[in-house]
Amino acid sequence: MNLVGTLYVTALAGCAVAALAALTAPARARLPLTGWCTAVAGAVGAAAGVAALSGGVSAGVSAGVSPGGPAGGSGPSWSAWLPDLLPLAGVRLAIDPLGGVFVAVTGLVTVCAAIYGIGYCAHGLDGRLFQAVLPLFVAALLLVPAAASVSTFLLTWELMAVTSLLLVLAEHRRRAEVGRAGLWYAVMTHLGLVAILAGLVAFAAGAAGESFAELRAAELPPGAATVVFLATAAGFASKAGIVPLHVWLPRAHPEAPSHVSALMSAAMVNLGAYGIIRVGLDLLGGGPAWWWLLVLAAGALSALYGILQAAVTSDLKRLLGYSTTENLGLVLVGVGAAGFFAVSDLPVPAALALAAALLHVVNHAAFKTVLFLSAGSVLHATGTRDLDALGGLRTRLPYTTAVFAVGALCASALPPGNAFVSEWLLLQSLIHALPGAGVAGAVTMPLAVGVIALSAGLAVATFVKAFGVGFLARPRSAEAEAARESPPPMLAAMTFAAVGCVVLALAPTLVVPALGRAVGVVFPGRDVVSGELTLRLAGVSGMISPLLIAAALVIAVVAVLGLVRLTAARRARRAARLWDCGAGPMSARMEYTATSFAEPLQRVFDDVLAPESDVDVTPMKESAYLVERVRFQARVPDRIEHRLYDPLIAAAAAVGNRARALATGSVHRYLGYGFWALTGALLVLVALW
Amino acid sequence: MVTGTVGAVLQVLLIAVGSPLLVGVMRQVRARLEGRAGAGIAQPWRDLRKLLRKQAISPHGTGWVFRLAPLLLAGTALVAAAVVPLVTTASPLDGVADLFAVTALLALGSVALALGALDTGTAFGGMGASREMTVLALVEPTILVSVFALSIRVGSTSLGSIVTATARDPLSVISPVSALAAVALAIVTIAETGRIPVDNPSTHLELTMIHEAMVLEYAGPDLALIEWASAMRLSVLLGLLASLFFPLGIAGADAGVLGLAAAVIAIVVKVALLGVLLAAGEVFMAKLRLFRVPELLAGSFLLALLAVAASFFLA
Repeated sequence: MNLVGTLYVTALAGCAVAALAALTAPARARLPLTGWCTAVAGAVGAAAGVAALSGGVSAGVSAGVSPGGPAGGSGPSWSAWLPDLLPLAGVRLAIDPLGGVFVAVTGLVTVCAAIYGIGYCAHGLDGRLFQAVLPLFVAALLLVPAAASVSTFLLTWELMAVTSLLLVLAEHRRRAEVGRAGLWYAVMTHLGLVAILAGLVAFAAGAAGESFAELRAAELPPGAATVVFLATAAGFASKAGIVPLHVWLPRAHPEAPSHVSALMSAAMVNLGAYGIIRVGLDLLGGGPAWWWLLVLAAGALSALYGILQAAVTSDLKRLLGYSTTENLGLVLVGVGAAGFFAVSDLPVPAALALAAALLHVVNHAAFKTVLFLSAGSVLHATGTRDLDALGGLRTRLPYTTAVFAVGALCASALPPGNAFVSEWLLLQSLIHALPGAGVAGAVTMPLAVGVIALSAGLAVATFVKAFGVGFLARPRSAEAEAARESPPPMLAAMTFAAVGCVVLALAPTLVVPALGRAVGVVFPGRDVVSGELTLRLAGVSGMISPLLIAAALVIAVVAVLGLVRLTAARRARRAARLWDCGAGPMSARMEYTATSFAEPLQRVFDDVLAPESDVDVTPMKESAYLVERVRFQARVPDRIEHRLYDPLIAAAAAVGNRARALATGSVHRYLGYGFWALTGALLVLVALW
Repeated sequence: MVTGTVGAVLQVLLIAVGSPLLVGVMRQVRARLEGRAGAGIAQPWRDLRKLLRKQAISPHGTGWVFRLAPLLLAGTALVAAAVVPLVTTASPLDGVADLFAVTALLALGSVALALGALDTGTAFGGMGASREMTVLALVEPTILVSVFALSIRVGSTSLGSIVTATARDPLSVISPVSALAAVALAIVTIAETGRIPVDNPSTHLELTMIHEAMVLEYAGPDLALIEWASAMRLSVLLGLLASLFFPLGIAGADAGVLGLAAAVIAIVVKVALLGVLLAAGEVFMAKLRLFRVPELLAGSFLLALLAVAASFFLA
């Protein structure tokens, strides 16, 4: 076994040890033992991913023979075939640089989430089952990108879905919404699984076998390939939270414990994008242009819809969930653009777009971990996620505030943040495609740039709202007033994630060339970028240096500070009452809330969001003209859920109610049903065979 | 390289010293057109001096965000002034940040100020921040799509190459692409700098203001920094417009001392002209209702989109 294999197997073993420790250790030792075991497993897994990314040439085979055979430099860094582990198919694993990216991301997110969990789970989440399922979930997350055959992939995918469902349901005794969110999640994820299963099974039926190497070599007829692509893409898109299959995401993410939210939002949803890249670009090897324009359109729609909903919601974790939809939408814009450019014979922008998509996956994972973990810290300290009830946390939770500020800066795609770099790369790939991409490109690319720009702009507004209203100013409720800083393990994990964000933001030149190797799995033989301090695009002109921009900014700020010290009056700052146009003193109820902050945006996008408001006037008993109480209620429902899913659910419920008439409780009747069903089946068989 | 460095330093100094004068010129033009005598073009500098002499004030309940915001606003404006080709196209920072990065840097300044406003916890601060962020979000698509339109001809978003290409072939500006992009960017510049018809810089009526509502709690040196930075942002954006569409006289990589001097004079004249034009236009216009502003910005986005389409279909 080579380095990648050794590390990867060690990581999986670490997860197993953690799960065992959770089941057997005494209650007092359970949290730290499981947490540290999972964290170490995550770190080793990350190392395996990084090794797969940086090496990539040496191919080791551990058990049995590998029939596809690693061919040349683009083969997997490590592969294994365990024929006896599963009946009929066996388990086939392989890590190539593309899978390595997702393994590394999952590993690093796990480190943060597991350490965080040690502090976060102390009250109520330290049960055996929950603690044992978490490492299993991590193992499933590590297995999916390494699966190298249809059966292994589907099995690990389902393992991931089931374990994450159990984790989402962890707090179902405390809040009724958890159960509802779990139901939505269970249904959506399994419908997605059915779609992926149908697609991949159809694919395997058309190929010589079910290993990915055989699928890659298969020549499907175009119609079958389209069916396979659409079915798998729909399943993967629902996992990635792409509109209109996103409905589970803004429910499940807020209701899950925060470190589970971080794992789901920063590691699990990525695998939806991974699936589309793996099946569409790698196994099916491209396809017609309209596939990829469809992916691009779905991504663009998700980016806009997700961030628009995030901009108007006032639930902190729901906001982050919708922001996940936005960011995965941006990733799919990159993936769709890459596929489209590859079909249009534009290899340079294609490689660039895919690299941008992968970089955005990494960046999103980093800042979403920070944001969910710090949101969890807020929840831990105040017990509420409602931004309208928060505020004033700057003095009460100084660490959490600073960490959230880093995450919010990164998420809003502004210069010293990391998302700015990946969005810049994405924009560059779209821009450099134009003369060659034909009329379809000339129409879609400007619109895609507009969508990315609008979603970036709305993301700025969203995160100014989340940070400015949630953390600054004065507390709007007694809970926020009484907030206390979280325990050290939580702070340490948050800090670690924030450091990751900063590194990604300042030194993308360390990460992007490695991602270029992952791109090479799909589009071989291309360097994407070069340069140490400056990110210099290869093949087209374009460069930027996030490190030097940050340095220039620091120098400028220090220079301005020096200038002010030099010229301004040398008197100490005086504390004074807020002026507020002479009114005051202010009460906390007079502050702008998240709802009022988002009101202009809500009004501008009135036609899209369709907000609902309700005024309820209760008159006094004596006279209709004397008002006792006026109740005003406003909410912005998810319109897609409202229009698309509610009718479907209502129809299903109606069919179910009608079917009640069939079940009267009479055994004779049931026997009759059985008889007729059997006869019908026999008749069909006779007629068709 | 030496010319580039000298040019970059020159343009930073020019923006830092000249931008309050630009504001002074614009106010003077407005005053004259409205039949007032006006305070003279040096009045903004006198205001800054007065503010700097006052004691700094930290209102109760505000913290590091409130203190840091003016510094960051001024810092981003200075970095933008160093990167944007105003005097020279060969700034050593040209490879560091392109047109996307410059707009994002200016947005960072706005965000800092909005957070500073939210930190005060006053209704006015929140109102200003909310409105500023709404306008910022809606402005972004226009900027990026216009950048796209301008970059197609050159094949790069680097400011230096776009301006150099235009300077080499000044007649290329007379095309539908440039005209559409120029109008779109001009509307965006007005929105970004908070001028009429999007915002009124001289209003203090709470229902109409955006920028002024955010800075209500600032006083003394902090307020001076904000006023100075706002003036710098205005000058940088006007200078950027001038350089992108009328780069006459801008110093290239091999320009000598005379070339640099000519470039300084050229940019001063161009920016002053644009400022006078803007001020004169403001006299004849009223501020738009806040919820009409999105329509204006949507219009500018459409123009930018047309510019890209024109660049492909008319090429």
